[in-house]
Amino acid sequence: MAELLLEGIKKSYGSVAVLHGIDLDIKSGEFIVFVGPSGCGKSTLLRLIAGLEDITGGRLSIDGKLVNKVAPSERGIAMVFQSYALYPHMTVYENMAFGMKLGKAGKAEIDRRVREAAEILQITPYLERLPKQLSGGQRQRVAIGRAIVRDPKVFLFDEPLSNLDAALRVATRIEIAKLHERMSDVTMIYVTHDQVEAMTLADRIVVLNAGRVEQVGSPMELYHNPANLFVARFIGSPSMNTVPMKVETGGASPRVTPRNCKTVEVDAVIPEAAAGAEGTFGVRPENLHVVGTDEPPGSVPVFEGRVDIVEALGEVTLVYVDVGHEEPIVAKIDSDLSVKKGDRVTLASRPDNFHVFDAKGLAFPRRSAAG
Amino acid sequence: MTTVPMSGPSGAAAADLTGRSDLQRQRLRAAWMFLAPMLIALAIVAGWPLVRTIYFSFTNASLNNLSGAEWIGFDNYLQIRTLSSGRVLYRGLLADPAWWAAVWNTIRFAVLSVAFETVFGMIVALVLNANFRGRALVRAAILIPWAIPTIVSAKMWQWMLNDQFGIINEIALNLGLISQKIAWTASPDTAMIAVLIVDVWKTTPFMALLILAGLQMIPGDIYEAAKIDGVHPIKVFWKVTLPLVRPALMVAVIFRMLDALRIFDLIYVLTPNNAQTKTMSVLARENLFDFDKFAYGSAASTMLFLIIAVITIVYVVVGRVNFEGGR
Ligand SMILES: Nc1ncnc2c1ncn2[C@@H]1O[C@H](COP(=O)(O)OP(=O)(O)O)[C@@H](O)[C@H]1O
Ligand SMILES: [Mg+2]
Repeated sequence: MAELLLEGIKKSYGSVAVLHGIDLDIKSGEFIVFVGPSGCGKSTLLRLIAGLEDITGGRLSIDGKLVNKVAPSERGIAMVFQSYALYPHMTVYENMAFGMKLGKAGKAEIDRRVREAAEILQITPYLERLPKQLSGGQRQRVAIGRAIVRDPKVFLFDEPLSNLDAALRVATRIEIAKLHERMSDVTMIYVTHDQVEAMTLADRIVVLNAGRVEQVGSPMELYHNPANLFVARFIGSPSMNTVPMKVETGGASPRVTPRNCKTVEVDAVIPEAAAGAEGTFGVRPENLHVVGTDEPPGSVPVFEGRVDIVEALGEVTLVYVDVGHEEPIVAKIDSDLSVKKGDRVTLASRPDNFHVFDAKGLAFPRRSAAG
Repeated sequence: MTTVPMSGPSGAAAADLTGRSDLQRQRLRAAWMFLAPMLIALAIVAGWPLVRTIYFSFTNASLNNLSGAEWIGFDNYLQIRTLSSGRVLYRGLLADPAWWAAVWNTIRFAVLSVAFETVFGMIVALVLNANFRGRALVRAAILIPWAIPTIVSAKMWQWMLNDQFGIINEIALNLGLISQKIAWTASPDTAMIAVLIVDVWKTTPFMALLILAGLQMIPGDIYEAAKIDGVHPIKVFWKVTLPLVRPALMVAVIFRMLDALRIFDLIYVLTPNNAQTKTMSVLARENLFDFDKFAYGSAASTMLFLIIAVITIVYVVVGRVNFEGGR
């Protein structure tokens, strides 16, 4: 049980400012994921919460208590490091027991908790091994086990899966999700640059960019209603197609013209005064359909061009269409459909899948706020 | 080598086999060619003198009659003669109290100096391993005592320890630590202490740098893990740092031990002719060149070689030093 409150958290290394005032309210038992491109300050923010770095400015409170100056071990946190950070000369058992205080609880209590955690993570057979005798996935479990035995109020993960291979990453991701279910009153904060991990694990995602929070929300909220261009392009794979556009009319029936395209109606709240303004038009690859194949009712044609590249991924096919912009438009289509390189195609989508952003990159809110 | 079924007639496989062993032979030859210059140089500058010394230790050679040396067996080491009166006389190095005093001095010096250097070296290394401004400068500066030639630093300290004009006596007197001036290097009570002080001052930096190299191999994140777990720093030192730096520490100690066991220059300059600090090397030199007992000195040198070899082997076996790093 722990709530975290971050108010205007700032961090600088010397004259280099890394975090520029982070405000965040994390509820007890929540699974929060910090996501963002490499170098945006995710790890730094996590290390500030852990107490491994001094906070330059702002207030950090855990359960209503200001902890800016509180030692890491007094914050009720446990951390799983990207590199596991296991003690190389200690067995798995010793690794897990080392941090526990031989206080009132005594040896028997420590033993009980270590074995319980080992049981949960299925590492009991390896308790007497050294870390170097374990695989990457097993080491990661030991690192998680070492955090569990501390019985923390807040669990911190810094890219815990980035050293694992793809299959193991998926399996461990599912286990972390299960772990959160089992420890439902423990607040978890998880750092990743992988938006799939963020989408699958998070109750709420915090999108960070260059030391600032871009948006906070549930995975579906971010997917359907990105607050700005950065979030729109960061969440979802492949990224949302974005092209420059001009606003034709605002008000009751807003219409925009993406460059090199037909004018389309959009399902967004655009003020009348915005008419004539420049902006950005966006549509996700999975919402685009090749006209004449399987476009859903109500679709309107948007892009027209020649197919440049066809990537068959098995369950879907990615089609890159050159419509006269620097970047090709990507459509994610059914893999049964036969689209060949060189074909001229028209791509269509339903108007409620269109995203529009003003000249500053801020989204015009969508009317049918799906999700 | 495994034979692949599809590789066709066995002749092809055989050709492949000889082809590979040719390659191996070629590599071996190249390896020897690269090693040869070093092996020859070692044989000339280390092997030959060693063999000569061992040979002379079994002869009656004297400094001005090396070529006329005659083989006398183990007499330089131990000679047992029974007099007609029935008394048994033991002569030779192994029956010489001066030799055993030198052995004892050497071992005492080696153990004490290496022990102090290890402790101080560890402290210095831990400090240098911490992050602070100007660390690179301090790291370079701390090497200065080690870079000064031993003869120079011995002379320097001799002046500082001088009983009449030395600064050490002056400071200690003013601070009230001593009531009268001490002849540090001459007095039998303090000669060994003086030698230890200078040697520790001189070689602690070397020890510190070797340990520092070991400390920097330890990944930093495990200290952060310990910090989050709230493990007391002293416990972290004993349970994490020390076990992980142990391989480097063992190598550092053995290097210093070998050096300390054959200490010569510092003692020769700082406390000449002092029985309390006469080590095996000093005694050997004395016999070789001052006393005109060349064969006897050779025997002492050979014994010194044997003692160092035995101590090293025992240390490596008992301490399981792994020179390749890791555990
Ligand atoms: N100890 C440090 N000293 C100086 N700059 C640092 C330090 N740690 C991180 N930074 C800088 O802070 C920024 C954010 O780093 P980090 O939080 O590690 O990013 P990420 O989001 O990839 O985890 C980076 O530009 C990095 O160079
Ligand atoms: Mg990081």
